[in-house]
Amino acid sequence: MTNYSQPLEFSALNKWIDTTLNEYLPGFWAVFIELVLVGIALLAAYAIIAMILIYVERKITAFFQARIGPNRVGKYGIFQSVADVIKILLKEIIPLNRRDKFLFYTAPFFMIAASMMTFGAIPFGKNMQAVDFNIGIFYVIAVSSLGIIGVLLAGWSSNNKYSMIGAMRSGAQFVSYELSAGFALMTMVILSGTMQFSQIIETQSTCWNIFNGHISSLIAFVIYLISGHAETNRGPFDLPEAESELTAGYHTEYSGLSFGFFYLAEYLNMFIIASIAATVFLGGWMPFQVSGWDGFNQVMWYIPSYVWFFGKVGFLIFLSLWIRWSFPRLRIDQLLNLEWKYLLPINLVNILIMVGLVLSGLTLTDLFK
Amino acid sequence: MEQLKQLVISLFPEVIIEEKKLLTFTVKPKELHALAEVLYKFKNTPFDYLKYLIGTDEGEILTVSYLLSSSKNPGIDILLKTGTPDRENPLLYTVTDLYETAQYNEREVYAMLGIRFINNPDMRRFLLRDDWKGFPLRKDYDANPDINPVSLESREIIDTAPVIRENENGEIVEETINIFEKDDYIINIGPQHPSTHGVMHFRTSLDGETVKKIDVHSGYIHRGIEKLSEDLTYPQTLHFTDRLDYLSANMNRHALCMCVEKAAEIEVPERAQYIRTIMDELNRIASHLLAWSAQTNDLGATTAFIYGMREREVILDIFEKVCGGRLIINQNVIGGVMFDIYPEFQKDVKAYIPYMREKLKEYDRFFSHNVIALGRMKNVGILQIEDAISYAVTGPAGRASGWSCDVRKHQPYALYDKVQFNEIIRTEKDSYARYLNRLDEIEESLKIIEQLIDNIPEGDYLAKTKAIIKLPEGEYFQHVEASKGLFGVYIESRGEKTPYRLKFRSPSMALVSAMPLICKGEKISDFIGIGGSMDYVIPDIDR
Repeated sequence: MTNYSQPLEFSALNKWIDTTLNEYLPGFWAVFIELVLVGIALLAAYAIIAMILIYVERKITAFFQARIGPNRVGKYGIFQSVADVIKILLKEIIPLNRRDKFLFYTAPFFMIAASMMTFGAIPFGKNMQAVDFNIGIFYVIAVSSLGIIGVLLAGWSSNNKYSMIGAMRSGAQFVSYELSAGFALMTMVILSGTMQFSQIIETQSTCWNIFNGHISSLIAFVIYLISGHAETNRGPFDLPEAESELTAGYHTEYSGLSFGFFYLAEYLNMFIIASIAATVFLGGWMPFQVSGWDGFNQVMWYIPSYVWFFGKVGFLIFLSLWIRWSFPRLRIDQLLNLEWKYLLPINLVNILIMVGLVLSGLTLTDLFK
Repeated sequence: MEQLKQLVISLFPEVIIEEKKLLTFTVKPKELHALAEVLYKFKNTPFDYLKYLIGTDEGEILTVSYLLSSSKNPGIDILLKTGTPDRENPLLYTVTDLYETAQYNEREVYAMLGIRFINNPDMRRFLLRDDWKGFPLRKDYDANPDINPVSLESREIIDTAPVIRENENGEIVEETINIFEKDDYIINIGPQHPSTHGVMHFRTSLDGETVKKIDVHSGYIHRGIEKLSEDLTYPQTLHFTDRLDYLSANMNRHALCMCVEKAAEIEVPERAQYIRTIMDELNRIASHLLAWSAQTNDLGATTAFIYGMREREVILDIFEKVCGGRLIINQNVIGGVMFDIYPEFQKDVKAYIPYMREKLKEYDRFFSHNVIALGRMKNVGILQIEDAISYAVTGPAGRASGWSCDVRKHQPYALYDKVQFNEIIRTEKDSYARYLNRLDEIEESLKIIEQLIDNIPEGDYLAKTKAIIKLPEGEYFQHVEASKGLFGVYIESRGEKTPYRLKFRSPSMALVSAMPLICKGEKISDFIGIGGSMDYVIPDIDR
């Protein structure tokens, strides 16, 4: 696999930075500077991806809805997000009279910290992963569920009944769907035999997991998309902020940058869910290859890994937008029914099927060895 | 009718029976309830549908008139009248136990004329604040703004209601009842809320996510149109109608124009009739499209909302070309229409009909069979037919409960007796039936327009009227089928150039009054969805 020429990868740049720093500085300082560089790169990526997503969503939505979308700031409105960010930075954070001040200001940080920490573990491309834990998936599931604390705190501390209802809905929804998302990922862990992201991608070099585990993988993929969609609180699962019922749900009382944090985290969560799905089911940054077809594979490898990654993620985000703008909202009891009566039992059975597939050697790679 | 008269004479010898334009019974307050009950249970045509409840200050006495009709045959109207000479503490008996719709109407009469009703379960003022001084529709009302100054202070909402009851010994006792229980979790939906379709205020007590009880507060945008009209000549009152239910502006105005025309015996040219009917139907389509959009938006489907707006825009463009107005059309005047149609009007409308049919199919594919949409609408917000009649819920909502109540069929006006169309009736009684009814009515409206558009006769579009229109003494009613249901105008004339009393019967008020009933026990998100399916417009209530 490594024999293919990869002219546009970042590996060379990474290696060059590493060797230069080690040449001139003692080991500790070299590592320290590298950490700072990685941190800056992640933060910048976080903000930029969010801005791009906001713009893309507005344009795609406009396309769905027979509108034009942003078209005033720059050609085709491409600087609209920049203008929005500047606006939100300048806006006043309106203090409320009878809110719990400490919790009120803490809540957005829970949201943003949780999504930031998950974001750090995502493999964006070949040699473009900040930390490669050996329990990568476990870490992602654990850390991303911290966000719900922010939502609950926001609803509780706002001293607003609408926010409170929104937060409680969110709590019920998140806890339920976290279960399904986790089980769907576990199904794939069984198939890959590892929780480490880099190895999961490695095992998919010639056959993506979604093909490899055929029936079982497909079921897990669909369940993960549904429950991931629900975890990001976006329509048709946007009950916590159902604007026609609860005005804006848990973040009704927030303004300025603290609202911006919620907004940013919402968009990034969408990206994170899509990138985990892409990594676990669609081979992550791994190009599409067929074993034995060397010429074809070489062509695929000319496309750099990060393009593959963002392409797959973009496709999944488009799916999510499509669903969001086509469906009306579920009711809370229907939402919980869907999870506890349908998704969860299907999921549990699916894990067993996957175990059977793996043990009896019925996965695609086993069959066509 | 003769049978009914004989029955009433035999049971109530003191009742005065007059046969004017309508059969009128004038009755003493004591006997009102008993007579109403007899009429309510009358064998062949039970008068179980209270169309209007009108309070009037006749000078000597304060009267209340009830226009009753039968749910079996809403074309028959009879008038029931009672009154009290007591101006200090006027008390009458309620008919709320027979006609639920009377409850809000009686509360409105209390706010406007100060008449309180014995046995009404909730005798707070409707539309006005509890501390309002004076009764606006009384002729001796002092409108000096110093008496009721505009207050900028926030007022505490007190959830208690006065009640006047008659106990077993025939004594009248005043009590205060609590509207909510002590530990209820109450949220205010409105007056500022994205989904109340206007400045409406529902105080809602919740049990988790389930609605326990709804208390309706209205009047935030009350403009006193009925009072204002009493000082204006008939042509001057016309523009108010557009501002009631602004979505059926043309139909409302049509009603008032027809009422005046009938009373003053003005012949409306044929061409004007055609233009009025076509414009009414276009207006109905626009209104139903907005209702459809708003309902989908209430259920969380923003895209469908914008699709509806897209089609409505075409109609508004046609309106703009006809008369310059888009929402407030200002087209009907007494004697005809203000402007003739423009040369390409027929072409534009004819191009719109196939376009809209195509889009109806698109709505059907996109939303009507969506699994989530079905889950949110089917078997939600059930309004039984008895309740629909009792609450006088007309229009697409009433017909979704299986009640044939289309004024265009039962009391045809303009050209509706000359065109073929179906009255859409469904018996599922839920939100989904109301939803489908509107889409089907759009199709029926298109059919009506199709039959008329090619046959518009040449000629005058406006009859010559006198500069000052005086109506002969009497009471005049005119109902039309607005997009929300029966919209009515009542004029009492004393031969002057201004009306003595002008009353608008609002369909939205009936729709809102049924909300607490059909939302009880539903989830809060369904409360919003049901509101969308009822499609009320608040300025129509806050006249």
